[in-house]
Amino acid sequence: MGDALADAHPHLIEVSEVKLAYLARRVLFLLVVIWVASTITFFIPRISPKNPIRERFAELARTGGFSPQDMEKIVAAYNAKFGLDKPVVQQYFDYMGGILRGDLGVSLNKFPKTVWELIMEALPWTIVLIVTTTILSFIIGNIVGAVSAWPKSPSWVRTLSIPFILLQGVHPYLLGLLMIFFIAFRLKLLPLSGAYSVGIQPELSLSFLLDAARHQILPALSLILASVGGWALAMRGMGVTIQGEDYVNFAEHKGLKQNTIFSSYYVRNALLPQVTGLALAFGSIITAGVLVETLYGLPGLGSVLSAAINSNDFMVIYGIVLFIVVGVAVMMLVVDLVYPLLDPRIRYETK
Amino acid sequence: MSATITSPAAGAPAVPAPFQQPPRRVLVARYLRRNKSLGVGIAIVIFLTLFTIIGSVTIDTAKKAYPLAVKTKQPPSAQFPLGTDWYGRDLLAAMVRGLWQTAVIGFLAGAAATALGVVLGFISAYYGGAVDKTITGICQVLQPIPPFLIQVIIAGSIDKRSVTIYTMALIVFLLSWMGPTLVIRAQVLSMKERMFVNVAKLSGMTNLEIIFKELLPNLLPFIAASFVSAVFGAIFASFGLSVLGLGPMREPLIGNIIYYSLQQSAFFNGWWWWPLWPMLTLILIFSALTLINIGMDEIANPRVRRTE
Repeated sequence: MGDALADAHPHLIEVSEVKLAYLARRVLFLLVVIWVASTITFFIPRISPKNPIRERFAELARTGGFSPQDMEKIVAAYNAKFGLDKPVVQQYFDYMGGILRGDLGVSLNKFPKTVWELIMEALPWTIVLIVTTTILSFIIGNIVGAVSAWPKSPSWVRTLSIPFILLQGVHPYLLGLLMIFFIAFRLKLLPLSGAYSVGIQPELSLSFLLDAARHQILPALSLILASVGGWALAMRGMGVTIQGEDYVNFAEHKGLKQNTIFSSYYVRNALLPQVTGLALAFGSIITAGVLVETLYGLPGLGSVLSAAINSNDFMVIYGIVLFIVVGVAVMMLVVDLVYPLLDPRIRYETK
Repeated sequence: MSATITSPAAGAPAVPAPFQQPPRRVLVARYLRRNKSLGVGIAIVIFLTLFTIIGSVTIDTAKKAYPLAVKTKQPPSAQFPLGTDWYGRDLLAAMVRGLWQTAVIGFLAGAAATALGVVLGFISAYYGGAVDKTITGICQVLQPIPPFLIQVIIAGSIDKRSVTIYTMALIVFLLSWMGPTLVIRAQVLSMKERMFVNVAKLSGMTNLEIIFKELLPNLLPFIAASFVSAVFGAIFASFGLSVLGLGPMREPLIGNIIYYSLQQSAFFNGWWWWPLWPMLTLILIFSALTLINIGMDEIANPRVRRTE
């Protein structure tokens, strides 16, 4: 069947080969990004004059009751365990080997736990928050932008995008802080912080899910309000350039309904480049998410990261950073690969 | 050869001037009234600048903006117009100094990133070939890495007590030159092939002359737009670092004031004025820069104007 098809349309084979080459190049690019990111996370701490393990133990020594001699022994043992006494090149290869096996080290602060375990515990919270807010703000932003650039919209609709566009510059952390103060603290409408009420056990029951959802409203709202404007602005710009295109004029003169022109000619064409924007936005979305989680004390990656920063838990910091970088790069790859399926105008580049 | 070609360019056509051209500042004012976002944005920046200058002149910020200078936890009053915090800082003095420091970080990091971007963008577009491939390759590989996370690693790896506003500016700058580089490169590439550059080449101008006399003046709107977004990005990033506790600990940087007020649970303790002023100031800064950015976009991409 496949062969018959290929005989009838010889160009199909070409396309699939081109696709494979494209896929290979994108995957190679992903690997380079991951390699660069992990090399940076390896070298920066080693260029800096302070020894993270010693720093951490000095802190322990101040609070705990170790004698200096004991401390030296413990530090030596840990240095040996983490390989810090080996030459840097050897350390580098051990570290990269560890990353390939998914071994990001152990937490110094919550010792028996590995960094990987900490990440896996926190990840579901972060994914739920980020995915919901990204989808919602993408949809709302594109609707607002499309409607405000459409010349036939009533004038009050066209001004709708202005408040959102102003808000997009404001850091989501600040929006979150304002909402904590006015909505949660002054008006007491929604919970102040935390992922669920104190005294409730996390379980898969309706009451728990409702309670958790109530706690997600404000964090989600601060992320959405801060990012709707960006999508709206880009969509408005795109919409404006499309209005003058011949095919839109032609559709109008053909006598198509305004609704049809709006949805299938105007929005559809303007929306596609926005998907590419989505790939580029992952980095800033996750950064904003991390900070907002810290603000609201949600048990996601952001709070683990901020706790690790405050307690000099270096392996956790490096592990989480690397994990997020890989996540962002993989998401960009996925968008890159899905995009040509959505937009038939895009051909796989061949060079 | 070159002498014969340069001579007609010298005699510009004389304008008959049927009506008097209004003075330059009237034209600027008129343009700002038309381009409202640019006008409002610039107005806010001028207001904040005046606040800082007048404040620095009239208040002893070198002392009062730091802990143990005044009575602690005072609500706003005639003596302390913005109140005081838990550590004994006069918040008015702290805001004046913090705003200045935030501006220093933004301008230093933004200017350095834009300057490097312009240089690399020019080199990349003008020389092409392997140089271009290397520079764009590095930019493309670094772009998917969220700069904030690398900044967290750098800021977390240096001794927290030795962080100053200049190290903050440096940390932010290290990962913010890729955007300007790619923007300037794209513009130089499209401009390089246009007629006026060819004419300049034929008239015997050297490469440097073409860059400084022909290309740079035409790139100014794009460089200015890159600069505004780089300043915005730098303030945004330094704010993120300082609310995570990675800022210069001693300084009253605006993000730091918010960090410390949250550490002491200012809202729960009823010291609402403590985080309020830094929040309002930052919202003003961010909105002003966004408005200027949108306004600049209108100058650089005239097609956007049609929405008005």
